[in-house]
Amino acid sequence: METEGSNIVVSRRNLMLEDWKHTLYLWRQNKLAMIGTVIIVFFIAIAVFAPLIAPYDPVKVDLSQALLSPSFEHIFGTDQFGRDIFSRVIYGARIEVGIILLVTVISGAIGIAVGITAGYFGGVIDEILMRITDIFLAFPNLILAMALSAMLGRGVFNAIIAISLVGWTVIARLSRAEAMKIKSLPYIEAIRALGAGNLRILLLHILPMCMSPVLVQLSLRMGSIILTAAGLGFLGLGAQPPTPEWGAIVSDGRSYLVDQWWISTFPGLFIALVVLGFNLLGDGIRDIMDPRIRR
Amino acid sequence: MLVVLFGVSVVVFVVARAIPADPVGAILGGNAPLDVVEDMTRRLGLDKPLFDQFVDFITGAARGDLGVSIKSNRPVIKDIAEFFPATLELAIVAALISVLLGVPLGIFSAVHRNKLIDHFCRVFSILGVSMPVFWTGLLLLILFYYHLGWLPGSGRVDIFTVVPPRVTGLLLMDSLLAGDFGAFKDALLHIILPAVVLGYSSTASIARIMRSSMLDVLRQDFIRTARAKGIGRKLVIYRHALRNALIPVVTIIGLTFGGLLEGAVLTETIFGWPGLGRYIVNSLLLLDYPAIMGGTLFVAVVYSLVNLVVDIVYAALDPRMRV
Repeated sequence: METEGSNIVVSRRNLMLEDWKHTLYLWRQNKLAMIGTVIIVFFIAIAVFAPLIAPYDPVKVDLSQALLSPSFEHIFGTDQFGRDIFSRVIYGARIEVGIILLVTVISGAIGIAVGITAGYFGGVIDEILMRITDIFLAFPNLILAMALSAMLGRGVFNAIIAISLVGWTVIARLSRAEAMKIKSLPYIEAIRALGAGNLRILLLHILPMCMSPVLVQLSLRMGSIILTAAGLGFLGLGAQPPTPEWGAIVSDGRSYLVDQWWISTFPGLFIALVVLGFNLLGDGIRDIMDPRIRR
Repeated sequence: MLVVLFGVSVVVFVVARAIPADPVGAILGGNAPLDVVEDMTRRLGLDKPLFDQFVDFITGAARGDLGVSIKSNRPVIKDIAEFFPATLELAIVAALISVLLGVPLGIFSAVHRNKLIDHFCRVFSILGVSMPVFWTGLLLLILFYYHLGWLPGSGRVDIFTVVPPRVTGLLLMDSLLAGDFGAFKDALLHIILPAVVLGYSSTASIARIMRSSMLDVLRQDFIRTARAKGIGRKLVIYRHALRNALIPVVTIIGLTFGGLLEGAVLTETIFGWPGLGRYIVNSLLLLDYPAIMGGTLFVAVVYSLVNLVVDIVYAALDPRMRV
């Protein structure tokens, strides 16, 4: 063992590097996680390069082209307004990425703020904040999101707010538990002895330590965010036409399902694929993080 | 629990009242004379201050009076009593399906860990939770109802089927109690598609927990001892390991049940299933706010109760959970 004397810093870095390498190795070994990663990379690439990939304008109405079956010009066919389904689906990827990012940021921010405040201060503040969390947890996710987006008015942005307001609770519980664990560590005591205020300790010393489990949890939830958003869009409580949100496109094609199956089938297929990608990766992350399986 | 329930009703009230709706206009239509409008406003209690309205709502809810639905013009609680059994029936059958799928998938995965079977089982179950229920539902409807004609498309029974006398409100139960096997078969055919769609969507969580809990148990010493004593592999897996591995699965089944109430919203909409989920969606779309408040409150109460029961069962099953 070389963990002695002045070598200690170097070797600790080596250990961390080893750990990272091991994680990378486990991740490569996990075929399902690799497949998931590939799907998500594709999904993000589609969203980024949408204008280059999509051959038509996703919202332009052209009634002379209405309800065409899949062909070389329109590989996914067209809908009742003559809009190219393939282009709508491609542009839809941008909307889904936006929804995922915004919901993750908003619900993560609320959850962490509530969680670390409750966990750090404890006592009455903890009691009050956690009861509020319990109240939100008492609703099934989708039903509360539905009611909230009906309250806020229909539209993509309001759906994003509604889903975020529903999704922060899990993050709050997690970061509360982390904060409670961290606040009793000696280094926090040391910082306080140096005269640091509560806010400084919270933001500079507790928050960074909570981040990694919270980030993992947030990444695990990305698939279900798409599903909730698509569900709202499908019910007519989320994105409104002509916004090419995938759930809303499936809903568009509902009345044409029997003869024009392509309108609903392709966007639904994309939802399924992308969520599958997120879930495969999430499953892999959980395996990799699981200390029982790790070594 | 009581504090949370009170909070829940506050949230429900605030959300429902913030919905931009005009209940009086909805009942009377746009051209009603002004004094009729005022009279109706007074009768609905809408002229009182918001706080008094809230007190009315809370005291009413505590007595089981959730107000009168604007759309159906009936007490909301009666509507719920009519629609909830359908949702309950759907959730029970769906839970059964997801257990029947998830537990074996999890066992196979664990026993054949990292082999092809494992990968297949995992992808199969994860696929279920990844496909949007409304999409799967639509595709299955097209296939089994429209093209093959094997299964009925919507509702709980055919219009021509005589519904057995209502005892539990669960049609499958009621028809058995009445000894009416024709109605039973009809109800069963109607429930298959929605229940499969809903059940498949929650298979993954059960399969996942089953797999990891089985892997955990299979690694323990008593399993090795049992094997060393010469007990066959299958017997060890199904007798010794499975029993211990099932404990965490029970809780997940409970939690899944809560999730099924949620998934029911979309499934019911697709399959025209006259349940509570569709009731809430319809009242949201029509801005029927007493129905929204009543329905949401009811679902939240049921959901919390299910979670409470799950906690209790878990504590009873797993001695380590007792503090």
